[in-house]
Amino acid sequence: MGSRSSHAAVIPDVDSIRRETGFSQASLIRLHHRFRALDRNKKGYLSRIDLQQIGALAVNPLGDRIIESFLPNGSQQVDFPGFVRVLAHFRPVEDEDTDLDPKKPEPLNSRRNKLHYAFQLYDLDRDGKISRHEMLQVLRLMVGVQVTEEQLENIADRTVQEADEDGDGAVSFLEFTKSLEKMDVEQKMSIRILK
Amino acid sequence: MFLLLPFDSLIVNLLGISLTVLFTLLLVFIIVPAIFGVSFGIRKLYMKTLLKIFAWATLRMERGAKEKNHQLYKPYTNGIIAKDPTSLEEEIKEIRRSGSSKALDNTPELALSDIFYFCRKGMETIMDDEVTKRFSAEELESWNLLSRTNYNFQYISLRLTVLWGLGVLIRYCFLLPLRIALAFTGISLLVVGTTVVGYLPNGRFKEFMSKHVHLMCYRICVRALTAIITYHDRENRPRNGGICVANHTSPIDVIILASDGYYAMVGQVHGGLMGVIQRAMVKACPHVWFERSEVKDRHLVAKRLTEHVQDKSKLPILIFPEGTCINNTSVMMFKKGSFEIGATVYPVAIKYDPQFGDAFWNSSKYGMVTYLLRMMTSWAIVCSVWYLPPMTREGDEDAVQFANRVKSAIARQGGLVDLLWDGGLKREKVKDTFKEEQQKLYSKMIVGNHEDRSRS
Repeated sequence: MGSRSSHAAVIPDVDSIRRETGFSQASLIRLHHRFRALDRNKKGYLSRIDLQQIGALAVNPLGDRIIESFLPNGSQQVDFPGFVRVLAHFRPVEDEDTDLDPKKPEPLNSRRNKLHYAFQLYDLDRDGKISRHEMLQVLRLMVGVQVTEEQLENIADRTVQEADEDGDGAVSFLEFTKSLEKMDVEQKMSIRILK
Repeated sequence: MFLLLPFDSLIVNLLGISLTVLFTLLLVFIIVPAIFGVSFGIRKLYMKTLLKIFAWATLRMERGAKEKNHQLYKPYTNGIIAKDPTSLEEEIKEIRRSGSSKALDNTPELALSDIFYFCRKGMETIMDDEVTKRFSAEELESWNLLSRTNYNFQYISLRLTVLWGLGVLIRYCFLLPLRIALAFTGISLLVVGTTVVGYLPNGRFKEFMSKHVHLMCYRICVRALTAIITYHDRENRPRNGGICVANHTSPIDVIILASDGYYAMVGQVHGGLMGVIQRAMVKACPHVWFERSEVKDRHLVAKRLTEHVQDKSKLPILIFPEGTCINNTSVMMFKKGSFEIGATVYPVAIKYDPQFGDAFWNSSKYGMVTYLLRMMTSWAIVCSVWYLPPMTREGDEDAVQFANRVKSAIARQGGLVDLLWDGGLKREKVKDTFKEEQQKLYSKMIVGNHEDRSRS
């Protein structure tokens, strides 16, 4: 009946996770609670199936890509630190994050890292470039069977052309960042955890 | 040991006397009122006392928390994250507008930024979704002196611990044996009573006896759980030839509804004790029991139910269209089968007050026996039942729309969240048809623009 309380003491390595992700202790406790709710068989980690069983995620056209982004480098499961590391990209940017200490690594929720996360959803083979083929594949996910192959190719071509500056037929991370420089990434890619 | 000998007969006598007194009290205060359907008001008094104790306990904990300067309440139930209820189209347009330096009518069909919408929505569902939290018990805001609901309540002073200990003693040593005795009485009376009534010749007398045997036994079971039920709008109670639908939280729902009305039950034939009860009940009046193999055949099920409702002399059917137990904070998709039959539907909303004991049956966590034991060691089961006015399917509605209409009415009355998701999501994955809806919406956006462009 309900779950046992998620005290900070129950979360392993809570301090290092807090430093790495920037989440407050209260937020981490809530996310741990959520992690345990998703981990139906109490394995201590989440597998692909656990994430696929979230109904609202399964109907998201990019659902599978998002699930992939949690599973690092071919592994089939994600533990709590890994889980929170991905979610940290969506932490809203707060004032204390903006005065960056140049010696410390860039926080996970910086504009650059948020854009990098989105870039990786397109870049299926992780080669640092979005080829026309990869663009087509992601587009196909988002439209399903509603659009013909020809129309889709036209759209993909146009989009790659607009962003591609050095003419190599693919969109590198720099070009991606440049074409989205006006966009309020910090706001659009942020999820606020309620207190 | 030798010292006990002279006291032996004394102890035996005392035991005998106390047991007799206990049983007489039981009979007078519980069983006789159950037979006649009256109440002494003992349970209501009990509930009021408990509320006073809980209020005191909460005050103590608040004081303790204030001393240590911490926050006491952690209301998770409203969701972990802040969400904006905007549609797919609005959000993508807004994202494009903010990102694009070009004028609106020159926007590309696909903006690289479109992905952000799906990305964020997906991440939001990973952090918090409407469905997963419906399959675990509702979390209370303040403690009700049961260790099972102690989530984050740390500021428990010595006095509270003593009170809790007292509570454990009362619940396990006094209430539990009492309740088990009552349950045993109730069930055996049901089996014996219905079998006996089964031997009577068919006629008005048999129906009368059957109705009262059923009601009496359900009322005893209600007292066995110390269920304090408030019925509202009893003039809308289901009549013969109708179907009664209600939201499902636990198997106890059946006992709660059946102790106030005379229904025909629908269900699968079980083995063991349930099977014995089922076979006995059907001797007294026609319930609809399906063999396991028949349950899969939807047409057969529909046919038998239709036959039952068309016979006006038969009792109203009791059905729980959600198909599975939900934690009583929301109502999930109603299966359309019962709404295709074409009979009058009598909706009933059941809302439990979790403060006295959470009635939700988490079937993946607890088996039936564990569940019943937990029920019998809670303080009480307090709930409200609303009988809603009857509804019939309108001419232009199909079964699904009708089901949704009934579901909304029940959710509104019970103060529950109305969800479109299927309760079956507890165990299975969602269908792909829902994904297509999102894909269609998005395609319209990008292809629609493409057509405008080629025209210009």
